[in-house]
Amino acid sequence: MGIAELQSYGFLTVTIFLTVALYAYIYHLYKNRKDADGHDYEDYADLALNDDLSDTPVNAKNRDK
Amino acid sequence: MENRPLEYDYSVSKLFIYTSLGIGFVGMLVGVIIAWEMAFPAINTIFGDGAIAEYTNFSRLRVLHTDSVIYGFVLSGVWATWYYVGQRVLKVSMAESKTLMYVGYAHFWIYLFAAVVLVISLLMGITQSKEYAEFEWPLDLGITTVWLLWGASIAGLIGLRREKTLYISIWYYIATFLAVAMLHLLNNLAIPTYYASNGIGAWYHSVSMYAGTNDALVQWWFGHNAVAFVLTTPIIAMIYYFLPKESGQAIYSYKLSLLSFWGLMFIYLWAGGHHILFSTVPDWVQTLGSVFSVILILPSWGSAINMLLTMKGEWQQVASNPIIKFMVMGSTFYMFSTLEGPIQAIKSVNAIAHFTDWIIGHVHDGALGWVVFMIMGAVYHMIPRLYGREIYSKKIMATQFWIQTLGIVLYFTSMWIAGITQGMMWRAHDEFGNLAYSFIDTVTVLHPYFVIRAVGGTLYLIGFAMFIYNVVMTARNGRRVEASELHNTTPMAD
Repeated sequence: MGIAELQSYGFLTVTIFLTVALYAYIYHLYKNRKDADGHDYEDYADLALNDDLSDTPVNAKNRDK
Repeated sequence: MENRPLEYDYSVSKLFIYTSLGIGFVGMLVGVIIAWEMAFPAINTIFGDGAIAEYTNFSRLRVLHTDSVIYGFVLSGVWATWYYVGQRVLKVSMAESKTLMYVGYAHFWIYLFAAVVLVISLLMGITQSKEYAEFEWPLDLGITTVWLLWGASIAGLIGLRREKTLYISIWYYIATFLAVAMLHLLNNLAIPTYYASNGIGAWYHSVSMYAGTNDALVQWWFGHNAVAFVLTTPIIAMIYYFLPKESGQAIYSYKLSLLSFWGLMFIYLWAGGHHILFSTVPDWVQTLGSVFSVILILPSWGSAINMLLTMKGEWQQVASNPIIKFMVMGSTFYMFSTLEGPIQAIKSVNAIAHFTDWIIGHVHDGALGWVVFMIMGAVYHMIPRLYGREIYSKKIMATQFWIQTLGIVLYFTSMWIAGITQGMMWRAHDEFGNLAYSFIDTVTVLHPYFVIRAVGGTLYLIGFAMFIYNVVMTARNGRRVEASELHNTTPMAD
């Protein structure tokens, strides 16, 4: 098996893996609806709308380290 | 609001906006000049055929047009929005960190210096002959510095953020940064000939580290993804912020924005092979380029439809607000050109379309309709907020919109007809296999379409001049407004 054939099989394997990963991600998003911090993904759409410095963050980051 | 101790700092954003306007006008003006040169070749030597002809002919100016609009106008526009949107969705002001301010200013001034050197080098005809990557190695190092400074700004703002979650626009800006860094470095690997050969040739010349077919493969992997990560992902970053903000409507589906993002990242990088169909690259790479180009419709339309559905129930804003008009038309042209591109990438279609003006038409309905409309929409949204003033003239904006839309339609329809005519004439033959037409036959037939294209481009340039006037007048003479009037819909004087 030459390098070109190896490349094409390698490409096929990676494509199948990434396709499965992408569909798994879609399934994960729609099944769980919320991220690891417990926020509904759709709440993050507000980040564009409430974007003044004085607005409350949707998922506040602790800056005191 | 006046008592708030901390404000967003837009000083770097302003610098990039004005650079974008200036280089944008010059780049588009050069585009219009070369369009007229194509229609009437005598213009190539309008100042005589002596020494000046070197600087006025199509081949010298064409590269100045493409590189100045892509890397001058678009990148300045992208960075103007980054230094605006980045702060706002991360809820951190650049003024909170002196280092971030220094990085921002260094980013701008080194970029401007590199842009000036770049223009001079292109006018002098110094190139490494790679499309959209014409710059020789010293400039490539300068570009790398500018890019790393932008990366430092992204990392710095993210590090200081108050909002833990990165808004979808930030993901697109990060993708732009990472992908272009990779593309730029890998496509520009070259050996400076002077230093490698003990003093042969000019000090700034180099030869690619790749040879022949491999060079073509890397070049078009770069070339196509320059379209992806300079002309697409940062523009999607803009529309995901500016359309919801201007319309007051949350994104139709945030989840769809996430999966469109990862879909686009997964698919786009494989599609470059469609630029070298029927060439000496392996057949499976060509098929790969075709197939992935067609699949690319899905994530592209995922973003575009998400944007159009964001306007659900609020379509009256398209009629009443010209900024929304620019963005919705931009999104529509994005759908249009991301359907057209995959069609051209199908092998049998490409056999007719390749090397013809249809490709130029495709590039321009995407660039003029999607990229420039979106950047202008973003600037129209930002300028009143940067200066606390309302838009100087809604009428000028609306008129400009229709003049430019007409310009785009004239541009791409003429190039469609010209391209397909070219493709069909080049391949026409008699029963013995002799070609039916010589090259000059096609040139004669195409003349009217070249004229229509030049008229379309001129209309677009006139609209762009109106845009610059409106922006400058807004900053200088627009009526002052309270911050409370600037929350969503941009205030405009009739």
